[in-house]
Amino acid sequence: MLRPTLMAAALAVAMPALSANARADAELDALRAELKQMKDSYETRIQALETRLHAAEIQANQAVHTADKAVQGADQAESQAKSASAQAAPLESPAPASLLSQFNPEISLILQGQYANLDGDIENRNITGFLSPSDFEASSGFSIAETELVLSASVDPYFRGYLNAAIDPDGGVGVEEAWFETTSLGEGFKIKAGRFLSALGYQNTQHPHAWDFATNNLMYDAAFGGAYTQNGAQVKWVAPTDLFMEFGAEFGNGDSFPSTTSTGLGDYTLFSHFGGDVGVSNSWTAGLSYLYGKAQDRESGMADLNDVWADTYFNGNSKNWIANFVWKWAPQGNPTERYFKFVAEYFWRDEQGNLLCADNTAEGGVCNGTDSAYTSRQSGGYLQGVYQFMPHWRVGYRYDRLNDGNYNFGANDAYLPVYDYAPTANTVMVDYSPSEFSRLRLQYTQNKSMIDISENQFFVQYIMSLGAHGAQKY
Amino acid sequence: MKSIRLVLTLLATLPALAHAAISVFACEPEWGALAREIGGDAVKVYTATTAMQDPHRIEARPSLIAQMRRANLVLCTGAELEVGWLPLLQRESGNADVQPGRPGYFEAVRYVTLLEKPARVDRSQGDVHAAGNPHIQTDPRNIARVGAALAQRLAEIDPANAALYQARWKDFSARWDAAVTRWQAQAAPLKGMPVVVQHKSFTYLINWLGLREVATLEPKPGIEPSVGYLAEVAAHLKTTPAKAVLRATYQNPRASEWLADRVDIPAVVLPFTVGGAPGTDDLFGLFDVTLADLLKIAR
Repeated sequence: MLRPTLMAAALAVAMPALSANARADAELDALRAELKQMKDSYETRIQALETRLHAAEIQANQAVHTADKAVQGADQAESQAKSASAQAAPLESPAPASLLSQFNPEISLILQGQYANLDGDIENRNITGFLSPSDFEASSGFSIAETELVLSASVDPYFRGYLNAAIDPDGGVGVEEAWFETTSLGEGFKIKAGRFLSALGYQNTQHPHAWDFATNNLMYDAAFGGAYTQNGAQVKWVAPTDLFMEFGAEFGNGDSFPSTTSTGLGDYTLFSHFGGDVGVSNSWTAGLSYLYGKAQDRESGMADLNDVWADTYFNGNSKNWIANFVWKWAPQGNPTERYFKFVAEYFWRDEQGNLLCADNTAEGGVCNGTDSAYTSRQSGGYLQGVYQFMPHWRVGYRYDRLNDGNYNFGANDAYLPVYDYAPTANTVMVDYSPSEFSRLRLQYTQNKSMIDISENQFFVQYIMSLGAHGAQKY
Repeated sequence: MKSIRLVLTLLATLPALAHAAISVFACEPEWGALAREIGGDAVKVYTATTAMQDPHRIEARPSLIAQMRRANLVLCTGAELEVGWLPLLQRESGNADVQPGRPGYFEAVRYVTLLEKPARVDRSQGDVHAAGNPHIQTDPRNIARVGAALAQRLAEIDPANAALYQARWKDFSARWDAAVTRWQAQAAPLKGMPVVVQHKSFTYLINWLGLREVATLEPKPGIEPSVGYLAEVAAHLKTTPAKAVLRATYQNPRASEWLADRVDIPAVVLPFTVGGAPGTDDLFGLFDVTLADLLKIAR
């Protein structure tokens, strides 16, 4: 019995002491904080006074200087005093420490991931009638896309360097882009060299995190296997006119579909872009580009006449024309509140060469390794509109359509099917961006890129950008 | 003989043609107006944005690249205000003269003392500017500081007109100093007047006139307030009342009007920059109207 009473008594004595202690500590902290605040504010004031004093000293010196000279001639002195006071006034402070210069180089990291609900029964995804890259892997469920690490900085007063490395979720690092460009040629000229996304068309230079939809459009999938990358050099020139006019050329050994690197030099693109404003609320850009690519053993695939998958290899050349058009509207030119963006692109392709259909008789197929003439003349494009109806919220719709045109397998006609089918897709999305650096998206696509299949696809996607404030291209 | 004389006359006029107005690309209307004051007919000014646009969020439109391509001088605020669009314009234009570090690139913040340097630079704190608050043009004394430096820079870029720039600057500066004195006298009743701001747009104005900023509607710079946060601000204003809620022309009225309604004080739109309200076609008008608007609140 005694013990609890003792304990209680001890506690009763200790409690006020403890709380008094805590109170004293809090008071002390508050005092310290106040003192620090006062100190800080005085320091800034003293600094301000010092700068003013310094400025005054300089002005005084200048005045003395000019006064001395005044003896020599009143007129001359007057003009000198004028220029002296004008010149002494501005005190240039050193470049303010900005985020960008603190982090040299600028670093940014893009985190992307999605939940996809796809039809699991579809094997060997491709685009009917099109020789397209054979890696259309798509998987249902939760996945993280490539994480992009971007570094860029001025090399020296003459060059700027840029690296975009994609970290594959399954391991490995891919170099999406690695190039340098000139910054001091002037007269509107710029040269870029290394590996870079070609300036053809509109969407080609955008990395997936900048797309307005969770999935790529059919045109870019069919025409470039995502985006056309060039290993080589680019020259471009901006005309000194009110209307924006840009012309350029790229040479190299094209790094992606429809070219193959193995053919070496000889792939090139020519591009032009135009643009301007219509009043204060509307702006536009349009362009026309040409891509010539050489392919050696370019791999694609399709189901043969026995409906068994067959790998195909194309040797030949690919000529492509790409037209693009973009219109943007924002009331008073202020896209913070509301804006509408319309994009349309179209491509025409002409391919000539030989196609080899790899022997798949072992799997029950009919291809026997015949290498025969292949020609095709195809086209396709997309239209899309994105509307930000209130801050942070956007809705979008995209219509994709490809025209399989004419294609001819030569002797392989006996093994490979020729359809008359136009692949299409309809996509709607809604996205929410809490800030410029984060975006959450919901998307539905009705995909009819393969004959006899209409697939419903659902996506939930996130895009997070960390680090340097990258400027968004138009 | 006649043709030779003609050629000679033409050759003699060539340098004059080459010295026809230099092109100034001004990022914001206030700097465009300042360049016009100092440069007169010797400069051709293109202003990239209007008072109706948020200078933090401008699209790098093709028309802007085309203008930057021909600019001899790019005149911007700096302190990362234009970080989302200006670097892209500079790079895409292929104009070597206006790259950072070149005389053709002028950053106004370098000539004034910036307020509100953040202790912590972290995106969780919103759209913070590491160098400090960039909206320096709301204090007319900053306009004078920038003007002095700009006059010098124009003379450096276009030496042929150096005398003209100095003369025009001197004239402007005298009129400006007189106006600042006048505004300060007018503003005497504003001292200590408590106000609420939507974004930290008027820090320099408040500092200059000795107003008292009792609350900001944005919980963090560039982050829109939620209704819950606005209710907190409204509660705070019950104990520390303010005379008005201030916002710039381009800012969305929703938040400040909601609050103004709730606590029964006026929501006031200040011009913020040249062209932000009727009568603000030049820098003098900007401050005449700003002062008049503030005095209306004080009454």
